[in-house]
Order: sequence, then structure tokens, then C-alpha cells
Amino acid sequence: MRYSGFRVLKEALTGHKGWQPVWRDPEPQAEYDFVIVGGGGHGLATAYYLAKEFRQSRIAVLEKGWIGGGNVGRNTTIIRSNYLLEGNQPFYEFSLKLWEGLEQDFNYNAMVSQRGILNLFHSDAQRDAYIRRGNAMILHGADAELLSPAQVRRAYPFLDFDNARFPIKGGLAQRRGGTVRHDAVAWGYARGADRRGVDILQNCEVTGFRIAQGRCLGVETSRGFIGAGKVGVAVAGYSSHVMAMAGLRLPIESHVLQAFVSEGLKPVLPGVITFGAGHFYCSQSDKGGLVFGGDIDGYNSYAQRGNLPVIEDVVEGGMALFPGLGRARLLRMWGGVMDMSMDGSPIIDRTDIDGLYFNGGWCYGGFKATPASGWCFAHLLATDAPHATAVAYRFDRFRRGAMIDEKGVGAQPNLH
Amino acid sequence: MLIEHPLLGPCDAQEFVYKGDACLIDRPDGMAEGAEAAFYEHVYPRDNPAGLHRELWFHEQGDRSWLVVTRNTRTHEIVKVELARDFARARGRGR
Repeated sequence: MRYSGFRVLKEALTGHKGWQPVWRDPEPQAEYDFVIVGGGGHGLATAYYLAKEFRQSRIAVLEKGWIGGGNVGRNTTIIRSNYLLEGNQPFYEFSLKLWEGLEQDFNYNAMVSQRGILNLFHSDAQRDAYIRRGNAMILHGADAELLSPAQVRRAYPFLDFDNARFPIKGGLAQRRGGTVRHDAVAWGYARGADRRGVDILQNCEVTGFRIAQGRCLGVETSRGFIGAGKVGVAVAGYSSHVMAMAGLRLPIESHVLQAFVSEGLKPVLPGVITFGAGHFYCSQSDKGGLVFGGDIDGYNSYAQRGNLPVIEDVVEGGMALFPGLGRARLLRMWGGVMDMSMDGSPIIDRTDIDGLYFNGGWCYGGFKATPASGWCFAHLLATDAPHATAVAYRFDRFRRGAMIDEKGVGAQPNLH
Repeated sequence: MLIEHPLLGPCDAQEFVYKGDACLIDRPDGMAEGAEAAFYEHVYPRDNPAGLHRELWFHEQGDRSWLVVTRNTRTHEIVKVELARDFARARGRGR
């Protein structure tokens, strides 16, 4: 289906009866060259770039439920590339550049809004650390800007600047950061992939891998066996569960992360803000709700819901930074299952089994990575070599002691 | 979540610090042959089951005991709580 102004006008006058589904609902074929397990943002982006950039065909995306029903529909929609370390920053900057051209690329309105992200700091030591991070970002071609308290006050006059314990001493801004309409990312990639011949198979749960002589021949599914030249797994949250079917144990734990939305308010927050003295971040959606979140609950969970102590902790952080938040009523809250890797960084790599590839361990930073994750995974699947920005995201980094530990906390998944 | 402490009765999970999979009790011998590989297996990979999970909780805000809690990761239901000391001794540890 093509979209145009004329079409919108015509449909408006004829009761919107002419819209058709934008992707097919095909029957599974017996065999594909590429089978992507997981119809979330990363899996759909992988299929899209495999077809579009790497000119591959005979591709299927397998999803156990409906596409976009997992973490791509459960996040807080923030995009940014404000990382410090060598192995991370080029990758996330690549992702942010892809976000900037995404809507033109797949001709779908994903509401990419570069409204800026501002990391506030509250002490001299933290300011020095943020200056260092800003310099690392600039050296990798990203944008970063140190704001004085007066500059922060101009944009966000309602913050608690003179808090006795955590006064706001300034902030590190990335103006190209912002938010995206998350569901539209899944839909845009699905539509783009479908138009290039990718079969999107929903309600098709993988129940096992067929492996012979160290080679993956295909996947057993709830809709029968599907043969595959190469299988790529992108099921973050359930990575350990799926890869265990292939006999692999991953350096990953699944944890629950909660997020919150207030009732709709008039525009108050122009960009994304983060609290430097606790874990709290907040933006305002286009519908007016304040979207915010904080730490994971901290224990292994697949439950997609968390507990009250973390809610209290997040809201305390919010109130310390943004006292006006207390006047808004909470509308919704939910939990998502995060692939927490042992160093807080992702994995895009081949496995020990020929023809089986893995993409996961996104912790709670997977949404912003969606385009680059898809591109780099497609690169790996199509060429058998890692993309230049994803060379560090290997399984063996833990064995080699080459962790990418942005926070420097060691092998503690609940602290990243 | 309430954790049924074997000595103190029901305690709020907030009094505890979560310390991960109970497999961490089986620390390899650093002097043994192949210790490097054994420590890799000890520190990084996890079973991470969706279902019953045996895990360590440290009663930091309480009596500072370590517990092994068996909990369902799909529902957060706690089915068994034991002292980590008893758990380790049952596995042949001397202390």
C-alpha cells in the first residue's frame, strides 16, 4: 500500500473503508535462506536491511505472538548516542544516524523527534566525568554540549535547582537525541520488509532447532519444521530460553524493568531529562503523558511486571529532580523483560553452531539500537563478518577479559 | 515480595540484597588445573530459567544471613527458603 496526501483525503471522504493491511499473512514455506527468530524491532530491522541493503532474498521472520508485541512496544522510546567507551560509542552513533534518515528510508511516519536529551549533574566530580564523556562523544563524531545551570534553567525552569543534597550544577546535552513513536518503528520495518518479499510469520513459535553435525538446518515451530540456510535469533528478553534449545548457555540474566506514564498534560517538558544522583529519566509523549522510568527491579524475572519498592525509588528520584511531577496522576505502568548481559553491553555474533547467529543482551538500551542492531546483524548474516561498528560485541569477550563495561561494575547484571 | 526467613519469619524483600544464581556458592578451586576455564563458567554464563530459580538473597538490613530462595521467575512466587549455610553444607562444603 502506498501513502499519499491524495489517498488520505480520498479515504477521509469515503469513510476510511479502503485501507488494507500493510503486510501479508503468508503460509510458511518449507525452506528459506534466512530465518530470523523474533518479530520485534531488531528482528524486523534485520530482515529489512538484509533485503534492502544486502540484496538477499528468501527471508522469513518468525514471531510467536504478533509483531511489535514485545519490548519494542514496551519501552520509553528514547534515542541517543551518549556513550563513553570505544566498543559502544561508534555503534550507537551509527544507530542515531540511521534514525535520522529512517522515515525517508522506509517511507513511514515513525515520528522521529530530535528534541534533545539532557543528562544533569549534581557535583564537581560528576561534571568532570560528563565532560570526559562529552569529549569521547565528539571524538567519535557525535554532538555533545555542556550546559551551565543558567542554560539548563532557561529550558527547564521548574526543576529543583537548589535541592540541598543534589543541586543541579549543569548538564551534558545531546541535541540530536530524542524520542520516536516506538510501535511505528516495528510497523515501518515490517511494511518495508514485506514489500521486499520477506515473509512475516506471526503466531509461529520456535520450539526447537534441528542441528546435525554441528550445523543448524532449520527450526521446529508451532507451524511445522522450517528449513534455513542461516538462522538469526533476535529475541532479547527470552534469549537464554531460546538459545537453551540449541544447548547454549549465555552470559545473560532476564530482569524486569518498569516504566510509567502520567495522565496527559499540556506541553511542559521540551526534551528528555535524566537525574544524575539517582536513576530517573523522563520525557513527554506527543499525547502529553510524562513517560518515565528508572532502575530494574534487580532480581531474575520473566513476569513482565515488577514490585512496589522500585516504583517508590523511581518516584523519589523524580520528586527530587522535578517536584511538579507530584501533581500529575499516574495513568499506566508496565514491565518488560530485559536481557541483562554480564557487562551491560550487547552481543551480535556467530555461535559455535554453524548457521546459527545470535543478537541479544541489550539490557535496557535496546530500543535506541534498533536500526544499527538490524543493520549489523544483517551484515553478519549476509557476509559472515561483523560490521565495523559491532566488532566488539562478541561472545568471547567475557572469556578474553575484554568486557565493555560502561558502568564499571563487573559481572553483576542487576547493577548495570 | 515476602521472604519466609527460616529464623526470623516473613521479611520484606526490601531488607535483602539480591546476589544472583545460587550456583555462585560452588566457587571453583583457584589452584586447580584448568582454573581459568572453571572461573569463566562460574562468573559469566547462567541458566537463567523461566520458571523455578534458586538464588541468593543477603539479609543486609536484617540479621545479615545469606539465604537460598527458590522462586518462580514467571510469577515471583517463592516456594522454598533455606539458609545458604545449610544449603552449602548439604553440598559437601565444610564451612
